[in-house]
Amino acid sequence: MKPFTKLESNICPLDIANIDTDQIIPKQFLKRIERTGFGQYLFYDWRFNADGVENTEFNMNKPEFRNAKILLASENFGCGSSREHAPWALLDYGFEVIIAPSFADIFFNNCFQNGILPIALPDEKVKELFEKVKTAPEAKIKIDLENQKIAVSDGGEISFDIDKNRKEKLLKGIDDIGFTLQFLSSIESFEKQHLF
Amino acid sequence: MGKTLFDKVWEKHIVDISTHTEASFLQDKKLLYIDLHLLHEVTSPQAFEGLRLTNRKVRRADKTFATMDHNVPTKNRNNPDLDPISIKQMNYLKTNCEEFGVTLFDINSKDNGIVHVIGPELGLTLPGKTIVCGDSHTSTHGAFGALAFGIGTSEVEHVLATQCLIQSRPKTMRVNFKGGPAPGITAKDLVLALIGKLGTAGATGYVLEYAGEAIKNLSMEGRMTVCNMSIEAGARAGMIAPDEKTFEYIKDTRYAPKGEKWDEAMKWWQTLKTDDDAVFDKEIEVDVPTISPQVTWGTSPDMVIDISAKIPSPAEAKSEAEKNSIARALEYMNLEAGKTMADVKIDKVFIGSCTNSRIEDLREAAAVIKRRKKAESVKQVLIVPGSYNIKEQAEKEGLDKIFTEAGFEWREPGCSMCLAMNDDVLEPGERCASTSNRNFEGRQGKQSRTHLVSAPMAAAAAIHGHFVDIRNEI
Ligand code: SF4
Repeated sequence: MKPFTKLESNICPLDIANIDTDQIIPKQFLKRIERTGFGQYLFYDWRFNADGVENTEFNMNKPEFRNAKILLASENFGCGSSREHAPWALLDYGFEVIIAPSFADIFFNNCFQNGILPIALPDEKVKELFEKVKTAPEAKIKIDLENQKIAVSDGGEISFDIDKNRKEKLLKGIDDIGFTLQFLSSIESFEKQHLF
Repeated sequence: MGKTLFDKVWEKHIVDISTHTEASFLQDKKLLYIDLHLLHEVTSPQAFEGLRLTNRKVRRADKTFATMDHNVPTKNRNNPDLDPISIKQMNYLKTNCEEFGVTLFDINSKDNGIVHVIGPELGLTLPGKTIVCGDSHTSTHGAFGALAFGIGTSEVEHVLATQCLIQSRPKTMRVNFKGGPAPGITAKDLVLALIGKLGTAGATGYVLEYAGEAIKNLSMEGRMTVCNMSIEAGARAGMIAPDEKTFEYIKDTRYAPKGEKWDEAMKWWQTLKTDDDAVFDKEIEVDVPTISPQVTWGTSPDMVIDISAKIPSPAEAKSEAEKNSIARALEYMNLEAGKTMADVKIDKVFIGSCTNSRIEDLREAAAVIKRRKKAESVKQVLIVPGSYNIKEQAEKEGLDKIFTEAGFEWREPGCSMCLAMNDDVLEPGERCASTSNRNFEGRQGKQSRTHLVSAPMAAAAAIHGHFVDIRNEI
């Protein structure tokens, strides 16, 4: 996993609540057996018209947002199916940070497992960001994970919360399994006295 | 202070790592031991790929079981014309299970079926177990007093390699279903009504315990239906305390403990209930006698109304965001605010999925038909049992005849049109009465329109060609 420390990019706004993982990566693309290559199918039903041609109305297809690495969404982002293909697709497409007022549990967790930083901000902060993108779509913001700060283009600063453990792992790009296997002796003694 | 059912199962599975200095890194998170890990072909390939890349083994293959369900065909099982990518995924699961020593119920196994249906059937799902699967409807198994939840593929790999997960303790919420249901009201209506009340994120961060008279009186099948949809309210898991019905259901199943082991397990299982003085982070009540048959009108499971209620209008919304989402859903679903769902004609019917594909659901659906036939205007009615065992039982009872005589199609088990990864797909614009659990945009096919209902409501809609109030049918 690639470490995440800092990121500077403009924001792609997607002001829709309850975006579910079926939208993020429609199920017809779940049949791959690799972890990569899902980016081309990200938000497929929204990004492309029925004839397979790009939907120019969709924000991600607008030139100003094409290279944005930060996705800004509304509440309960990532609800529905537990498919990890959703964060894989987001990351493969190029989104490294997702900002929203709230996230669905499993999706939130899956982001960290894949080196995506999901940031939950209070409603009014998210609204402010949406406003800012409207007036200056190409303005870049800076995300600093170490200091848990977002620096906005007009000089403003927003702090965000993150679990210490998750932060460490993101910063170092540590693999969870290796971490847990350090406790193998404890797991084995647990198994000796466990019923099932 | 007393403990909740959740506390008792949770605490029993915390691995003590206090002797390790690295333990402090976890802060208040715990290393949770997993008793049962279920796999299917869609969310496991990359986990096995990860194991191979890092040269790791499946630590406890004896606690790991796999099935093929998500994209299996429900007719012509071994048709070589099958979508080559599906075949690839199924073959890969087979190779992985062989290589890593995992028991697999493949499409030719007589125990094959939907992962959340076969776990309980085979006695793999037991009270007090921790159960995970790379599928959000793993919450189904909570009906037995297990702590069961969905995980992502990285976590699947983590459990394969360690048999553990790092978890923070969720909050607890008790949902008290007060009073008994009116005739014709099923477990599906109870849970849809609850989701309507809570919203799709109303239980985020919580494990729900379902309690109250109406839950006690449900069959195990009904309890599974309720727990199944916990995730649709955002909950991490749903649980129901085990009782005589639970023990009756699992006794003599293949993997359930036998003899002395059973007695030993029973001693523990009988303690698996919330103590009288236990405190939940939150408690809510649902007034069961007032629940009517439920139908979803929109594109999220909480967009649900009584069969006789009016389809909501954006004008009634309490916020700008709600206004937009109602308008968007009405447009997608091609519905008019102010009408009732009984006015809405349907194109297809799907009875199946891990929510409603068990024998009781099939019996209830068959009971509605009463020698009638599906409406001319209904293009297709799919009945997809949850497992081969259910299929066999239904055939023994002659249910398949009732369905086929009504013009319904009797299929092989699988997830089928619940998520339409196989050939069972709605055409763009088609409207379906479905017993599944998700009505998201495109869930049953691009531009598909899904209305979630109970099995009897779906069967009745097939007969009439539009939604009807099931209470007038019985
Ligand atoms: S039936 Fe539907 S919800 Fe259940 S496991 Fe299959 S795809 Fe998931």
